[in-house]
Amino acid sequence: MDRDGAPTPDQALLGTVLRLGDNALILGQRLAEAMTHGPELEEELANANFALDYVGQARMFYAYAAELEGGGRDEDYYAFRRDGHEFRNLLLVEQPNGHFGDLTARQFLFEQFYLLQLEALARCADERLAAIAARAEKEIRYHLRHASQWVVRLGDGTEESHRRMQASLDDLWRFTGEPFAADDVDAAFAAHFGGPDLPALREPWRERVAAVLAEATLTMPADEWMDGGGRQGRHSEHLGYLLAEMQFLQRAYLDARW
Amino acid sequence: MYTQGLDQKAGKGEAQAAESAERLAAFQARVDAEEKIEPKDWMPEAYRRTLVRQISQHAHSEIIGMQPEGNWLTRAPSLKRKAILIAKVQDEAGHGHYLYSAAETLGTSREEMVDDLLTGKAKYSSIFNYPTLSWADIGAIGWLVDGAAIMNQVPLCRCSYGPYARAMVRICKEESFHQRQGFDIMLSLARGTPEQKAMAQDALDRWWWPSLMMFGPSDKDSKHSAQSMAWKIKRFSNDELRQKFVDVTVPQAEFLGLRVPDDDLEYDAASGHYRYGEIDWEEFIQVLKGNGPCNRQRLETRNRAHAEGAWVREAARAYATKQRGRRAA
Repeated sequence: MDRDGAPTPDQALLGTVLRLGDNALILGQRLAEAMTHGPELEEELANANFALDYVGQARMFYAYAAELEGGGRDEDYYAFRRDGHEFRNLLLVEQPNGHFGDLTARQFLFEQFYLLQLEALARCADERLAAIAARAEKEIRYHLRHASQWVVRLGDGTEESHRRMQASLDDLWRFTGEPFAADDVDAAFAAHFGGPDLPALREPWRERVAAVLAEATLTMPADEWMDGGGRQGRHSEHLGYLLAEMQFLQRAYLDARW
Repeated sequence: MYTQGLDQKAGKGEAQAAESAERLAAFQARVDAEEKIEPKDWMPEAYRRTLVRQISQHAHSEIIGMQPEGNWLTRAPSLKRKAILIAKVQDEAGHGHYLYSAAETLGTSREEMVDDLLTGKAKYSSIFNYPTLSWADIGAIGWLVDGAAIMNQVPLCRCSYGPYARAMVRICKEESFHQRQGFDIMLSLARGTPEQKAMAQDALDRWWWPSLMMFGPSDKDSKHSAQSMAWKIKRFSNDELRQKFVDVTVPQAEFLGLRVPDDDLEYDAASGHYRYGEIDWEEFIQVLKGNGPCNRQRLETRNRAHAEGAWVREAARAYATKQRGRRAA
């Protein structure tokens, strides 16, 4: 912190990189969890591809965080040796997979935001982060096309799929305020590195989401109570179980290398 | 992977009556000349059936094989290992995908083949009915199971049926990559803490014999080998391949500092081969019958995923139909 309590540039950069890494890891873990349960073989292949992209992105963000922080930490430290309150991911990405409509809605809502975030980050003043963002952007653009196609197919498919898809969207909508609620880390990152103005991304996000939902004959849910806190380390109950499973070996065999 | 020779009935349909001796001889001559048989070429019905059975069993094995490894996707001990395992399980889905496609060129739809798997009518490799109880099992599967699969599959790259042979070329490349990754996991464990080394040994103890069973019944009990050999679907006998696997793998276990769980194992300098103990064929038969530790679980999981995906597939079909209607309008 500097004298008025705002994060320093170093803190803002590290905080931003870790939040990005945490979103990527937690969502990657959720997608890995969905593997071998896909509705068809082609989807199994696509989902594995997305899981791999997210884990790959998490590794790039964490490796950078480890360098920024120094002190001998590595990518695995961030994934396996931190407790829930130290994770800074969005609540949206830690939500359980549910059925294929739930999983698709989660991907769609998050990736519509993430793509906008990455587009902005690719232009930020920190070269390393900009380069990682530019690479991730290409992957997410492809993911999002896939997720959007499924939103349309399920929305405009059968009565059952329409009903399920609408319910999935309604259910997850309360997590769509958090990505745009900037705090002092975001403000400092924007001020020092030309990072994204998160609240300003909300309108383009709504427009892009609305366009797909219209094609899918789905109704955009009303903005009512929005949940939040993940980016400050206050999570849903779901995260603890995800971490317990993911971190088991590293926690059980403290001095082992794998 | 995993062409275990589980075929039970060769079946002599009426179609065979129409297969004149002349045509059969011409076909055999092409096979003997190492020509590739392609989907539109004439072929004996029994050849077609043997291939559909073998290729679809192989595809099913890839699909079911995703489960024991998938069991550790969420618990892989490092991000690098997690990424490698995700990619591996994805490769298996990919192998299943192009093997089903290769089998479809013989006139059986993927839907029919999948249905046979789900109802338990079709077989898949017995090895995947064993559980993955520790992280070391992921190493052991890569090292032993993929190692055994490679022994089986490299000769299939020269199989007389073109689409199968070509699919196998690609699959073999990926399998040998998997095998090295599996060995690398074993190496890390074997050189790790005492607990890790014990984990590696335990995995070898449990996977060794089931891996030897992957080559199928011994030659004296293998019913269809001769015909498959004549058709150049198969190039080596089960026992030849098994021996080759043992010869390659035992020194690797020694390198790892692990003990192969076979008191009768010894090197025979005269022949240059390792002599190994008697396989428990009763266990093999029981696993094939459905009594392995995970048979029910594997099929239940596959059936559940299929059933839970029904509304999704239906929606995709309905949407595609609507789109066609809109384009036509």
